[in-house]
Amino acid sequence: MPQKSMRKALNEALKLEMRRDPRVIVLGEDVTGGTGTGTDDAWGGAFGVTKGILKEFGRDRIIDTPITESAFVGAAAGAAVTGLRPVVEIMFVDFLGVCFDQIFNQAAKFRYMFGGKAVTPMVLRATYGAGSRSASQHSQALYPLFTHIPGLKVVIPSSPYDAKGLLIQAIRDDDPVIFLENKMLYDVEGEVPDGAYTVPFGEANVVREGKHVTIVAIGRMVGFAMKAAESLAKAGIECTVVDPRTTSPMDEDTILEMAAETGRVVIVDEAYPRCGMAADISSLIAEKAFGALKAPILKVTPPHASVPYAPSLERAFLPSPEKIEAAVRQVMAHKG
Amino acid sequence: MSERIQAITMPKWGMTMTEGKVAGWLIEEGQAVKPGLEVIEIETTKITNVMETPGSGVLRRRTVAAGETVPVGALLGVVAEPSVPEAEIAAFVSGFKTQTATDGSAASGPTARLVEAGGSRINVLSIGEGPGLPVVLVHGFGGDLDSWLFNQAALAAGRAIHAIDLPSHGASPIADMSGGVPSLAKAVIATLDALGLARVHLVGHSLGGAIGIWLAKSEPGRIASLTLIAPGGIGSEISTAFLEGFAKADKRKEMKEALGLLFADASAVSRDMVENALKYKRLDGASEALTALLATMVKEGRQRSGLREILPALQPPTQIIWGTKDHIIPVEQAKGLPPAIAVHLLEGIGHMPQMEAANEVNRLILEHAERNGG
Repeated sequence: MPQKSMRKALNEALKLEMRRDPRVIVLGEDVTGGTGTGTDDAWGGAFGVTKGILKEFGRDRIIDTPITESAFVGAAAGAAVTGLRPVVEIMFVDFLGVCFDQIFNQAAKFRYMFGGKAVTPMVLRATYGAGSRSASQHSQALYPLFTHIPGLKVVIPSSPYDAKGLLIQAIRDDDPVIFLENKMLYDVEGEVPDGAYTVPFGEANVVREGKHVTIVAIGRMVGFAMKAAESLAKAGIECTVVDPRTTSPMDEDTILEMAAETGRVVIVDEAYPRCGMAADISSLIAEKAFGALKAPILKVTPPHASVPYAPSLERAFLPSPEKIEAAVRQVMAHKG
Repeated sequence: MSERIQAITMPKWGMTMTEGKVAGWLIEEGQAVKPGLEVIEIETTKITNVMETPGSGVLRRRTVAAGETVPVGALLGVVAEPSVPEAEIAAFVSGFKTQTATDGSAASGPTARLVEAGGSRINVLSIGEGPGLPVVLVHGFGGDLDSWLFNQAALAAGRAIHAIDLPSHGASPIADMSGGVPSLAKAVIATLDALGLARVHLVGHSLGGAIGIWLAKSEPGRIASLTLIAPGGIGSEISTAFLEGFAKADKRKEMKEALGLLFADASAVSRDMVENALKYKRLDGASEALTALLATMVKEGRQRSGLREILPALQPPTQIIWGTKDHIIPVEQAKGLPPAIAVHLLEGIGHMPQMEAANEVNRLILEHAERNGG
């Protein structure tokens, strides 16, 4: 199977769905990547994901917007309820702060408040995450905010394969989907089929199976967890790694099953710890798999603090394979 | 390297295998071995398999302990006659270099390619070369060329072995499946044409077996011999629990249950096997293609095809291999066949003999080929 970067996988997903369905449009800031410079599609968007779309589909289907998220996210929600299938690119998820009403009170509520007679097939793609020295306003992992809101679906791919299949699923889905791409993963390569395929929402990926400890990890943290698991395997500690892939809907059954199989759980989350996914998943396991636990559930998250700009502090802020390994050793050492 | 000393090395089973774990040794150091004796169990991400000794002698060293994971090509053990001095064995072990491919990666090796075959594109993995007639391996319903990961390299000494992905399977593109076995057989013949293969030994598993029977009837001149592994189409009974379960499964748990039926021991199903099957099922059109194919094969829970009647008139020498614990197609269908067809029943084996009893199946395929045109 061909090796592709996550950027390329996402680009293929967009193009395949735009070819399949004329209702799919793309909009966002500088998504054509170069308009105004004299060279159309010079760089294919801020992160290069929309490269080549202008040339193939024209300006009717890929629209550069002003720097006003509140306006173009609202426009996309309106376009979605009236029959288009917009895919909106938000440069940084942090910027969605200016359009919470459009997302939380409008798009998320249409289906419910119109008695199921309206659907909102809108995808909001945004980058998230620390590690690129982008400072506090461009580095957050805000998926818990969206997971909190009924009516939104929240997707966080960890690999190029999942990214393509989940984005196609998101575009075909009739509900608003918040699709979050970790900016440190764009160049990560993996096996990706050329054709179209869908990865279902609410189906966790059991990335690795081991008998001692279950690590639940999200987005970029899945790779960190795998690195920790490989290192721990050399020391005879075998870990299961579960990637929920979507936090709403979330595959509770698989998380509980895998947690119960080992009885020792470490949850790795790049979001802030308070009201974050790690806390949420931890409470799920504590409530529904308590009897199977052999040790307290440990969480590996950043501190409750803004993402630092200084490289050394940013590194210290983020979870790491070493921190995950230490947490696994700690749950292993627990005497009941 | 000394011919008096033979290395047992980590095999490469399938294109993606880069390392394997020694699940356990089946014989002790100092024990005599001969070709065909099972010596070591290797666990890959796909499935566990047993490896045989390459030659005769005594197992002088086990260089990797049970539980250890080593790269493909790494030394696992040493076989030599008792007359070979200890010092020579020690020198062999310390001087052993893991065989790696030219690019330095043990992972590299033959890769599959898409060939234009008639109207379809067919994914083919070819391994080996030599004077022997080529062997073509055809997988079963919903399978792919990975079904042969324990067979293809082992069969490839002295001949080319081609494993194909049927249309709408593996890495071959999704196609119209409503033509069933006859049109799949046409695609196989078109693939032989594209590969320039005039005459081959054909090995077909399950649905691939039904295709093999069809080909032996319609193109007898091209089939030097036929090996049918738990073939479809020669009886009416079949497990709809598997066929429909596999066609419907879109979740890990359902897929694991469906795949478990393939093996005598359901625990043989690995995470990778489930994941690969799900990846295939998620492709646009794959489920529809499988459902369409299924409708040509099965009606109201019974197999439709009446290939049994044409068996007596088959020209190519034919053998049948069947596991006695086949949960998909009952082994009873191997009874009452024309006497010219050799039947090999494998005790305690399920619907995947080529995986569950790979060494035995490889031996049977090669012996049958040798007897029938080489």
